[in-house]
Amino acid sequence: MKNRIKQIALIIFFIVLLAFPLVYKRYLAGNDVANPVEAGSTAIERYGFTLTESAKASGIDFRHSAPRLDSKLDHIMDQVASMGAAVSVADFDRDGWQDLYVTNSGEGSRNALFKNLGDDTFRDVTSEVGLDGLNSRENGVSMGAVWGDYDNDGFEDLFLYKWGKPELFHNDGGKSFTRASEQAGLPKWVNANTAIWFDYDRDGKLDLFVGGYYADDVDLWNLKTTRMMPESFEYASNGGRKYLFRNLGDGKFEEAGERLGIKSTRWALAAVAADLRGTGFPDLFIANDYGVSELFFNDGGKKFREVGRQTGVGYAPKSGMTAAVGDVLNQGRFGIYVTNISEEGVLVQGNNLWMPKEGTAGDDIKYENLASAMGVELGGWSFGAQFGDLNNDGFQDIYVTNGNVSLDKEKSYWYDYSKVAGGNRAIISDAANWPPLDGRSLSGYQKKRLWINDGAGSFKEVAQLVGVNDVFDGRSVAMADFSNSGKLDVVVANQKGPLLFYKNTVAPENRWIAFDLEGSMSNRSAIGAQVRVFWNGRQQVQEVSGGSGFCAQNQRRIHFGLGKATAIDRVEIRWPSGKIETVRTPEPNKIHKIKETA
Amino acid sequence: MTPEVTASGSSPSAPAPSTIASPSGASGLGWFFSLENRYLVPMFITTILIIGQISFGLLESWWQTFLAIAISILTELALGRIMTGQWPNMASAYISGISVGILIRSPLFWPYALCSAISITSKYVIRWRGRHLWNPSNFAICMMLLLAPEYVATLSVQWGNTIWPMLIVWTLGALITWRVKRFHITATYVVSFLFFAFIRGAMTGHGFLAEVAPITGPMYQLFIFFMITDPKTTVSSKRMQCLVAFLVAAMEMVLRLSENIHAPYYALTIVGPIAMAIEIWRTSRKQVESGPATA
Repeated sequence: MKNRIKQIALIIFFIVLLAFPLVYKRYLAGNDVANPVEAGSTAIERYGFTLTESAKASGIDFRHSAPRLDSKLDHIMDQVASMGAAVSVADFDRDGWQDLYVTNSGEGSRNALFKNLGDDTFRDVTSEVGLDGLNSRENGVSMGAVWGDYDNDGFEDLFLYKWGKPELFHNDGGKSFTRASEQAGLPKWVNANTAIWFDYDRDGKLDLFVGGYYADDVDLWNLKTTRMMPESFEYASNGGRKYLFRNLGDGKFEEAGERLGIKSTRWALAAVAADLRGTGFPDLFIANDYGVSELFFNDGGKKFREVGRQTGVGYAPKSGMTAAVGDVLNQGRFGIYVTNISEEGVLVQGNNLWMPKEGTAGDDIKYENLASAMGVELGGWSFGAQFGDLNNDGFQDIYVTNGNVSLDKEKSYWYDYSKVAGGNRAIISDAANWPPLDGRSLSGYQKKRLWINDGAGSFKEVAQLVGVNDVFDGRSVAMADFSNSGKLDVVVANQKGPLLFYKNTVAPENRWIAFDLEGSMSNRSAIGAQVRVFWNGRQQVQEVSGGSGFCAQNQRRIHFGLGKATAIDRVEIRWPSGKIETVRTPEPNKIHKIKETA
Repeated sequence: MTPEVTASGSSPSAPAPSTIASPSGASGLGWFFSLENRYLVPMFITTILIIGQISFGLLESWWQTFLAIAISILTELALGRIMTGQWPNMASAYISGISVGILIRSPLFWPYALCSAISITSKYVIRWRGRHLWNPSNFAICMMLLLAPEYVATLSVQWGNTIWPMLIVWTLGALITWRVKRFHITATYVVSFLFFAFIRGAMTGHGFLAEVAPITGPMYQLFIFFMITDPKTTVSSKRMQCLVAFLVAAMEMVLRLSENIHAPYYALTIVGPIAMAIEIWRTSRKQVESGPATA
């Protein structure tokens, strides 16, 4: 009898174990069902904002096209030619309104510069300013672009990186652009998927980091061999070279990456620079596909030290596709968000939110991945992501776009992909061994993620609830206040899809403050300047960025949400030159233009 | 993937002694590689784990693997004590835990704990005539893949970029399975897999190398050295063991043709218990038939 009771109890215990995942899912689903709000006024009440896709209404009509590479890759063309849709923001003509630059990748296709007319519409001025004809089989096709005023003349210049010949365009007074690539001394060919402007040595001149994806000697239109794929799904180091172009000040740059200690040949997809240790010098974080992320500490602008393992961010290899920094908990410290791949039942890498460990700082700083604990880990095949306070509640939210290859909805390439991805180097590195895609999808038609930050250590996913309903193959995300009204809009570039412009409507009771910075001793773009806002007993730090996310660049303007606070205690600006300025009780709901005092 | 390699596993009906003695005359290296050393396999798998993690970051994290091992051992201790009244030997539970810790991938913690708990509990619940039918961790991994695919995948990485770690694991694994007299199972499966890979390649047009690719990864090495060779859940006769290994590979081929990513796990989960059930049924029939004759 006693044994019988034990057996029954054991069976019940077993059933409880098996039922746990279903109960857990039901519990999570129940939380969402409890909030069945539609995008609209109710969503604003609940979440403080809604997004409305309004590209066409804003005069933006742009569709990305993919290149047609060497026919030896025909069987996996959609998988290989799966990047190149990118967006970056800058006020190129200094009229006070943020403009948009988007890249295209089909041979003969056109990138586009959309000028913000200040009335909620944009006009394509690409041809007017001389930025036509940049994608070709001979010179390669665009992968992304970043803006930075490399000659400190007050106008943002444009660096365009490609699978091909990188190009630098000098901005001639906001009216036209002149090619400056030869004078700058850029290499003839880089298969790059990331680039950022930053002043690593704080000499007041912007330097340029460029991260290669495929090795430099690979011409994707004229392959000498099909053995050009990654040698491993998670440990590949046969990717592209990393360049750090030091600005010499006369329109010339010298390549200094290797000399300064940046020697990686991993498959870089994203980079971000920020002062993570409070040294005043920007450190460099690189998210790599097919491998671990790398973190380079900047030792006084004289040397870079790779500290991925030491700090904890470079241990578990994943498929890094974005790198963005944000002060997640309003602690005055940056967390680093890295997107990866998660596909139900196949590959659950999870995105990483690297947060500084309590009690660690400076050279001894350690990071721990809190993506799971904070609820921002599962984002599908995640590509671009950015931090930004979309509801102006005073906390940085995260927008993630995703989806890799959307073809036949009913057929998946995952089985064949996983087959070869787990194979030995000799097999995976040869494209000829990769089974044909045959019109199947690979993590296609995915729902986007928009996680709003509750400020207490957890995020809530609200994408569908606030109006983000697209399922395109998203790549690049950028945020900017295009209407100068204190709210961040979101622009998403989609692979072989339309450019989406999500216009933001924010609850009016939430206040904000923004800063347009201009360096004088520092680089004029003020890239690297840190702004720390103190209000209501809390603080938040942001840094002017020369590129972040996946092939993207947000506006240089720094935007803070303040919640319902009516007053700000003070704002501290630490310029790249090292100079610190304090602004006491600045007025909220206003864009403050601040020039570094000489 | 719970290989309860040596004779006295943790069966509730036949609890194992909790200590192990070096048999007389066998000492040092001889004993280390002997059949009596039930810790040989746990030590090997631990070595794989440590080398894999230190060299390549094989694991999701140390903590998740530790959690899987801890829950596995605690569940075994609790259920062994409650159900049999004795403290069970921990080697089997340790291997279950470590297998779960290596083979499932999730950024979350609870799947590791749950998978380990299901693994051990299944041994005590799903039994027929005193024997459990499923390899515990194989069963638990399949359950996790079926019930929680949003949160769980399986190990899919390679041993870094070089062939050396793979060769070392293959060599050591082959040596150990040879010593514990299970190599014929491994060999049969590998040969069958290669044969079926050739057939699949011809059928799909994907090429032999693409079809062979999966077996070059660590997941398969753990599968063929530890999971399909598990004495507790394999049939008795050598010939039948080879047949079952062949059938597992055949079932895997069927599943692969229908593009099932976790084909080896499901193949073993389908074929293994059927083979076990047939053997248990035949054994009991023989006992019934021979009973009156000997009486």
